[in-house]
Amino acid sequence: MEATGFDAWVLTLAVFLPLAGALVMMVTPKAYEAEIKMIALLSSLAALAVGVYILINFDYGNAGSLQYVVEKGWIDIIDSKYIMGLDGLSLPLLILSLVVVPLCIIYSWDHIPDPGNPKAFMILLLILATGMNGSFVAQDLILFFVFFEVVLLPLYFLIGVWGGEDRRYASLKFFLYTLFGSALMIISFLALFFLSAESTFDMRVLTSLAGEGIVRSTQVWIFAGLFMGFGIKVPMFPFHTWLPDAHTQAPTVGSVILAAVLLKLGTYGFVRIAIPFLPEAAREWAPWIGLLAVIGIIYGALGCLAQSDMKRLIAFSSVAHMGFVMLGIATLTDFGINAAVFGMIAHGLITGMLFFVAGSVKERYHTLEIGRLGGLLKSAPKMGWILGFASMASLGLPGLAGFWGEFPAILSAYNPGAGMPEETFRTYMVIAAFGTVFAAGYLLWLYQRTAFGEPNPEWEGHDIHDVNTFEWVAWTPFLVGIVLFGVWPNLIFNVTDDVVSNITANVEAIVAGR
Amino acid sequence: MWMLENAFIIPLIPAISFVLILVFGKKSVGADRVHLIGITALSLVWILSVVAAFQWTQRIENPPEDAIVHLEDKGHGDESHSDDSPGDESHSDDSHEDESHGDDSHSAPAGGGSGGSDGTLAAVEEGKDKGHSLLVTPVISTFSQWWSNGGMDFAVGTHVDGQTVLLLVIVATISLLVHIYSTEYVKGDRRYVHYFGFLSLFTAAMLFFVMAQNIIQLVVGWELVGVCSFALIGHWWEERPNTDAALKAFLTNRVGDVGLLVGMIILWGTFKTFDIDAINSAIAADPGAYHFPLLMTAICLMAAVASKSGQFPLHTWLPDAMAGPTPVSALIHAATMVVAGVYMIARLYPVFYEGFSIGTSSINLMAFIGGFTALMGAGLAFAQWDIKKVLAYSTVSQLGYMVMALGVGAWTAAMFHLFTHAMFKACLFLGAGSVSHAAHHTFDMRKMGGLKKYMPHTYWTFVISTLALAGVFPFAGFWSKDEILLGALKGQENGYPLMLFFGCAVALMTAAYMTRVIWYTFHGEYRGHGHPHESPKVMTVPLWILAGMAVVAGAFNLPGPVLEPFGLEGLAHRIQTYAEPQIYLNTNALHIIHPDPSLGMALVGLALALTGIAVTYLYFWKGLGPHGLTERNRYAKAGYTFLENKYYLDHLYTGVVVGSIKGPIATATNWVNQNMIDKVVNTAGETARDSGRWVYKWIDQGAIDGSVNAVASGADASGEGLRVIQSGKVQNYGQLLFGAAAVLAIVFVIVI
Amino acid sequence: MLLNQFLILGAVLFAIGVYGVLARRNGVMVLMSIELMLNAVNINLVAFGVQHGVVSGQVFAVFIIAVAAAEVGVGLAIILLLYRNRTSIDVDDFDLMQG
Repeated sequence: MEATGFDAWVLTLAVFLPLAGALVMMVTPKAYEAEIKMIALLSSLAALAVGVYILINFDYGNAGSLQYVVEKGWIDIIDSKYIMGLDGLSLPLLILSLVVVPLCIIYSWDHIPDPGNPKAFMILLLILATGMNGSFVAQDLILFFVFFEVVLLPLYFLIGVWGGEDRRYASLKFFLYTLFGSALMIISFLALFFLSAESTFDMRVLTSLAGEGIVRSTQVWIFAGLFMGFGIKVPMFPFHTWLPDAHTQAPTVGSVILAAVLLKLGTYGFVRIAIPFLPEAAREWAPWIGLLAVIGIIYGALGCLAQSDMKRLIAFSSVAHMGFVMLGIATLTDFGINAAVFGMIAHGLITGMLFFVAGSVKERYHTLEIGRLGGLLKSAPKMGWILGFASMASLGLPGLAGFWGEFPAILSAYNPGAGMPEETFRTYMVIAAFGTVFAAGYLLWLYQRTAFGEPNPEWEGHDIHDVNTFEWVAWTPFLVGIVLFGVWPNLIFNVTDDVVSNITANVEAIVAGR
Repeated sequence: MWMLENAFIIPLIPAISFVLILVFGKKSVGADRVHLIGITALSLVWILSVVAAFQWTQRIENPPEDAIVHLEDKGHGDESHSDDSPGDESHSDDSHEDESHGDDSHSAPAGGGSGGSDGTLAAVEEGKDKGHSLLVTPVISTFSQWWSNGGMDFAVGTHVDGQTVLLLVIVATISLLVHIYSTEYVKGDRRYVHYFGFLSLFTAAMLFFVMAQNIIQLVVGWELVGVCSFALIGHWWEERPNTDAALKAFLTNRVGDVGLLVGMIILWGTFKTFDIDAINSAIAADPGAYHFPLLMTAICLMAAVASKSGQFPLHTWLPDAMAGPTPVSALIHAATMVVAGVYMIARLYPVFYEGFSIGTSSINLMAFIGGFTALMGAGLAFAQWDIKKVLAYSTVSQLGYMVMALGVGAWTAAMFHLFTHAMFKACLFLGAGSVSHAAHHTFDMRKMGGLKKYMPHTYWTFVISTLALAGVFPFAGFWSKDEILLGALKGQENGYPLMLFFGCAVALMTAAYMTRVIWYTFHGEYRGHGHPHESPKVMTVPLWILAGMAVVAGAFNLPGPVLEPFGLEGLAHRIQTYAEPQIYLNTNALHIIHPDPSLGMALVGLALALTGIAVTYLYFWKGLGPHGLTERNRYAKAGYTFLENKYYLDHLYTGVVVGSIKGPIATATNWVNQNMIDKVVNTAGETARDSGRWVYKWIDQGAIDGSVNAVASGADASGEGLRVIQSGKVQNYGQLLFGAAAVLAIVFVIVI
Repeated sequence: MLLNQFLILGAVLFAIGVYGVLARRNGVMVLMSIELMLNAVNINLVAFGVQHGVVSGQVFAVFIIAVAAAEVGVGLAIILLLYRNRTSIDVDDFDLMQG
């Protein structure tokens, strides 16, 4: 059902308003620094306003089907169209992405990392925003792929130019690693195009085909390509090694966006593309994905325990948390996938918050060496509190957002989708439950060494100021979100449930039917 | 009934108070007056809790029509009890309490076998006429749309019944008194505001926990209580030991929480609902159908209980948790954190009852863990010099008592003991705080002594609570302890002889170690420095209130025979009548047996307590005892580095009560505790960290990342090789071109 | 027919040209050698044209002569510029493209 009037433009606006802002900034001379920042902020806020419009007018009773659909011709020769649409699965992720970008711009308002140049920095952020927003609403594989790849380049430059000491290595690794995955992914897309019962890139059609016309063994191979593309992005063990490097070297807002939104592109791809398109192959792969997920949970936690750098520790914790998300997805149950989507949002908010704090710590102490920190609660009490709060949320404290991604995901592994090895998944369940102990361990250990105790005398005379206004503005939405979704999780579950139920029902039907 | 339906207000008040204190406390009220917010909130909570308790008793006395469940509605039960003697017991139990038809409706079909459903109905009707009804449903109010998943809606709500209101009153009372007491105790503290904020949140979390409507809420409340205790134990986080203790508490609890999560998930998997009422009812209707999953659940949840309620082997965090401020210890040990585990067992009792076959066995995991913990805790209490640690191990021991009571099927006895224990243990902790307040902030009993004459209020309240804890007639502890021993003696279908032995031994030891504490703290000569003084009124008044409760709390569940001479038998077994969830524990299929009161058991219990006190008294006060045993225990003393008070140590380790047997045992237990169990925890932590390092270094950076880098460097090396050809000289390229052309031409000629 | 002789002449001329291109260091000499190779081709074209009795061979030869003139013009201009910039016309000195 195609939208009409203004509604037909809504998604296009949400996606391209940041890009328009970036274009305006390009022609604005560098000297007008304040104006440039203002343009960046306004264009991202304009996109957010569109997002609010969507939030208000979204038909929640009908969250299971695409809304605000727009379909126009694009590349006729390969029958690729400009199709965008939004359903309950895309909505929370799109809003997350729309919210995070302006906050990042506010956060970096007065402290653009070295070597400065706010113009280029902001332009890259806005291009990044366009890529992320577009990925979540594109309903055509080629369009999706374009947005998916658009994301890479700005981030490559953000890390490579504004990053830490080892930035060139990290950025190149990030770029090549994910590009490698993308290459396999596009091959799978092409295979889907040529082998499916209908030659199309339209994701709606491919979803309803659900692998029709492709023999089972081929499906498994195509899924493997998609798995590489999305799994690297998630990142799943053992394809995670780019992540700690990228996070450690990236400037603060780069880390935040990477953790909050970019990693979700991978898991979103699994839920939106890989599983509904190839349900049978998904069934074949699910136990292995689950295995890698629980390995990731334990492994990420062990990795955390070994770190001496705060940012690197948080980065490793992402591996563990995304393990919970992938475990939920691997069960192929509506319970698990809903939990996974919730986990994506929760992880985005919580880990994003942790990276913000890490960035601010770095700005004040000029180091993130855990052993040299300490007494944060004393030198900057509010920031210490926020770090404690975010750590508690990250370790899955009930009543905060993190719990609702973890607990139902573990729970879903008790009863995986029909026909899947129950004992295997129950073993995963127990292992994952132990993962929560490790999570508490490394986070509290981190907190004890950074926030508790007396401040290190090394920092006497340094200006260790508390949270400033820009930081408050940038962080408050994160903190509010963590509490709000933790206290009333239905805000998200309610939106995603319909879509996810459709997907799993479809998978069940297909698998039972053939 | 309004309060019961809107019970959510009760935890909401301290939650709001928490926010108010943290957000506005410092600016609007003033940092030194934030306790006003907290105390106001807690007073409100206390009033509302008492109202709720009152309304619940009304509901039991005069149940509305829709609150009664007729037994035949709950499924036609099996006749498993029909021929068993317990049926008779319940009958005779009934005869002792004429007014309380606690088991009538059940025993009618079970015992007689003639009445059938008509008899049941009649019994219920009859019970109602007399103002006592049996199966009164809990008050459950829900707010739907808390969360949803897989097309199902999960509600948040409150489940209020006798058990809940009992805990509401306990928590509100203790918390209010702790608030008042704290205004003096932590006056001028570096984080006065945070302290009161977290006290409020702690209370809110516990109140939320006790009225949980579903198991998810149980998990939520459970963890929130844990995190609040983390914050309060680590209240003085500048010092490393405090934060270590806080971390240890939280992490140990997390280990147990694995059991909690898995157990709850199995429950969900079995019953496809999170609703506590639905789960309990389903089990009560047909327990046998779920035996295996319930066994698994019960074992998993037992791990959670072990961590939360300080049961062996996860109890090690509890003594360390003494690092927090003393009023917090009182709150943790009496009313909140550690009773959460006991409360959860009681709340999901059908799960454990069926899972561990409590009704038919004569020993089971829960009873054993409880009994063993009780014994071990009591033994450890002898070896401590820190007054708070004695009390901490005492709590471990008493919690073990409660768990043991639940393990032998004595539901009411456990809850009753929880109630009385909360009163006198809170009093003891606050008394210890008062002592330390007087004696220059030390908790070391070697620096006390002779405080009796300086602080009479503290002394007398402490003594009363000690007598209550020791179980001396007629103090509260006597009644509740007696019921537990009775429960172990008679058990359900079978008695629990080992548990009875544990219980008796612990009764003896408890009396002895508490008398020792009194000796060292209040008698003899003052060994500290400065001038001790009595604490101000704001601290002694709560002490007296709690001491008063320690005297009279036993009256809430007096056995019938005691009251008969006074014509008050209608007041017998109030806690059993009001608090026990008959609707789950007294159905056709699942039926808890209440043993008859036994004068003999009560006398034995009393005699044990008096013996313990008497022997310790003779030992310390009169200096009597078989001193010949000193030689035997010299090696035991060597383990202790604090030999300066040799005289007292001789007494301690050579005495009859604490001497020849308990000394080494306590030391050994302590050693096992510190060097084995605790070591395992520490080693596990270190091993995890080391293996983390190893995996990171060799597998992550070495193998996995190495292979990624190898691909890159492979491409790099081959490029390096090829660049030699790229000389940049046109002639070289030309040479290659012509050379290649020539070679190809030759090949072409040869091939063609 | 004298075709073989012409072809041999062309081949020899071409070989000399190749040698010059590959071996000479002087830029001008390299250009001249290229001229030799072009003229070797011209001889072949004319010879084959006569052989087959068609005029196109000679047309091509004329065409190539014209192109070669242009090529030498441009080539000499490049060498001249190089000489001005580098004061050298030794081709070995120009390896900016070295990898």
